[in-house]
This record gives sequence, structure tokens and C-alpha cells, in this order.
Amino acid sequence: MSSTLSLSDVKPGFANPVLDSQSTFRQVLDALCRPGSVRTLSLDDHPEGVGQAMGAIALTLFDYDTPIWMSEGSANEAVAQWLRFHCNCPMTSQPGEAAFALCTKPDQAPSLSSFAQGDTKYPDRSTTLIYEVDAITGGDTITLHGPGIESTVTIAPQGLPTDFWSQWDENAGQFQLGVDVLLTAGNQLLGLPRTSRRVAN
Amino acid sequence: MHEKFVEPQEQGSSDIAARQAWMAVLAETSSEKLKAAWNEIDVADKPAVENLRTPERGLVMVRGRAAGIGERFNLGEMTVTRSAVRMGDGTTGVAYVGGRDADHALIAATVDAMMQSETHRPSAEEAIVKPLEADLNAVKTTSAQKTAATKVNFFTMVRSRDGK
Repeated sequence: MSSTLSLSDVKPGFANPVLDSQSTFRQVLDALCRPGSVRTLSLDDHPEGVGQAMGAIALTLFDYDTPIWMSEGSANEAVAQWLRFHCNCPMTSQPGEAAFALCTKPDQAPSLSSFAQGDTKYPDRSTTLIYEVDAITGGDTITLHGPGIESTVTIAPQGLPTDFWSQWDENAGQFQLGVDVLLTAGNQLLGLPRTSRRVAN
Repeated sequence: MHEKFVEPQEQGSSDIAARQAWMAVLAETSSEKLKAAWNEIDVADKPAVENLRTPERGLVMVRGRAAGIGERFNLGEMTVTRSAVRMGDGTTGVAYVGGRDADHALIAATVDAMMQSETHRPSAEEAIVKPLEADLNAVKTTSAQKTAATKVNFFTMVRSRDGK
């Protein structure tokens, strides 16, 4: 852990840390309050392997209190150093200990149930997963209902693991425990809180 | 056993010590004096820098040890402003300064970067670091002399039974 941080290659963070992180926080909040709605986030400069939206979320939500798990593909040194410099967050190799998980290669990510699920007293202590998918729209249509959705809403993200939606059904079935998911693609964000249930087609 | 609080000695520790010395000068100097010295520098000699970390204010817990060797204790929190910049050639400068002055932190970080680069070091050293260091030392000497003048030594007289 005491390896020297080399600053010569680290990408800068938010240009205006206070306002940028506040507006990002608001967008993430709205994305989780209104599942199915697509939000746009922006970040001028970010390390390779992390999209604009994913990077903005990381800079806003990660700090010294939140252990971060990164999937194999994204566990590269540039991203780790960037997170360490700007967020000062600890890294963990145990999915079950993570407060946030960055999955830049969703098909290689472990199952949702291997992450922290929270406990009955503190269901909020579960992992929030951030998936960088190929695209927010254009994939197979999924219909969701639940809090924040007036009747039903359809989403069609591309690039999720093939068994993702069966895992999601299990995740939604164990409410109040369970993980929350944020899908990002480039600068777009789609929230998938644990309360959103899939409507059987 | 109490271990003395010393920085670990690494390779190139003289470089680190030199950098620590100029960073301390930049942080301890008052922001007015630093800005005045910075404005003396020719605009052409000032490098263009990219903000790696925009100056931001926060609190740090200052810890001390009783008599320098005792148990650690929390002395109190202190407001600091920190900044990190990168010049075009990749050299980075960082600064942590006491107080809330963002410009102070930004100038200190920029000068730190300049001091590490061959091309910018002469102007930074001559115009900023050396005069400010001399100035700081003068202030410290004056203050030490004023303090020394008020020093009182306490002696304990040992009573002798033989002389009675």
C-alpha cells in the first residue's frame, strides 16, 4: 500500500469540484428515483477504461470510507492511481467488502450475489455496482415496475451478462437486502435500484 | 522503548530533504510576501500549468507527541489548502499550506514544480525561494533572540547537613 504515487500521468479531476460533484450527485439521485430515465453526466478528462459518467460518479461518491472493487479488466494501474489521488479510497479484492464496484467488463463480473447484500439492520450497507455497458439503448427490451415508475417503463441496455436479468430477479426477490446497479455508457447513466422489478414478458 | 519520529531514509533522501526544505519555505511564508515575489518573476518565465487538483480547502488533524517522543495525541484541527499542478513536460508540483488562500497554494505548487525542472529552477530559486528563505530565517532569529532574552534558569539548591 505504500507504493509511491506517480503524479506525472494522473488525469485531472473535476474542473470545479464543488459544483460538478453536486450536479453529478443530483443526477445519480434522480437516476435512482426515476428508474428507466437516462441521465447525462460530464467529465472533461478521465483515464482510459473509465467512461465520462463512470468517472464522474467515482469522483463524486468515492472517498476514504468506501472500499472499491474493480473487475479484472478495469483493475489497471492508471485507474487505480487516479482513484487513489482524487478520492483517496481503499481498494479491495473481495467483492463482499466493497461499497462500490466498478465493472468495465460486465461479462467478466462475478454474480450480483457475491457482492455485499447489506444486513437486515443496515440494508444500505450493500455494494452499489457500476456497469460500463456497450450502450444504454438498442438491446433487448426489459420492462420494469416499482417505486418511481408510474406504471411500467422499458429499458434496453446492451452488453450486460446473459444471465444478468435472472440474477436481477433474485436480487429484487430478497428485498430489503440486495445490491443497486448503475448502468453507464459513455456520458449516459441509467439507475437500477433494487426496488425495480422485472415484469415477466 | 519510544521510537523517535524520523522520516525513513530512502535512496535520494538528500533530494527529498531539499524538496521538503523549499516546500516548507513556500508554505510558511505569508501569502502577501509569496505573491509579491511571484509577481516579480517575468511572465515569460512562468510555466503554463494544468490543475491536477484545483486548490481545495479542508481540515487536517495535527498530531503531536509529548516532548517529541511521548505518545501521540491529537493537538487539534487546522485549516489547510492544497493544490497539485502539472507543467507541460510532466513535472508535478504539490503544496499544502495553512489557511484558506487558494492563490497561495496554487503559487506554492507551481513554484514546487518549477524548482524540479532544470529550465525553470534558476528563476524560481533566485526570485522566490532564496529571498523568502532568508526572510523567514531572519524572522526566526529575531524571535529566538527576543525569547532568549527572557529566559530564566531555575536552580535547585541542595541543602548540606555537613556545613551546619
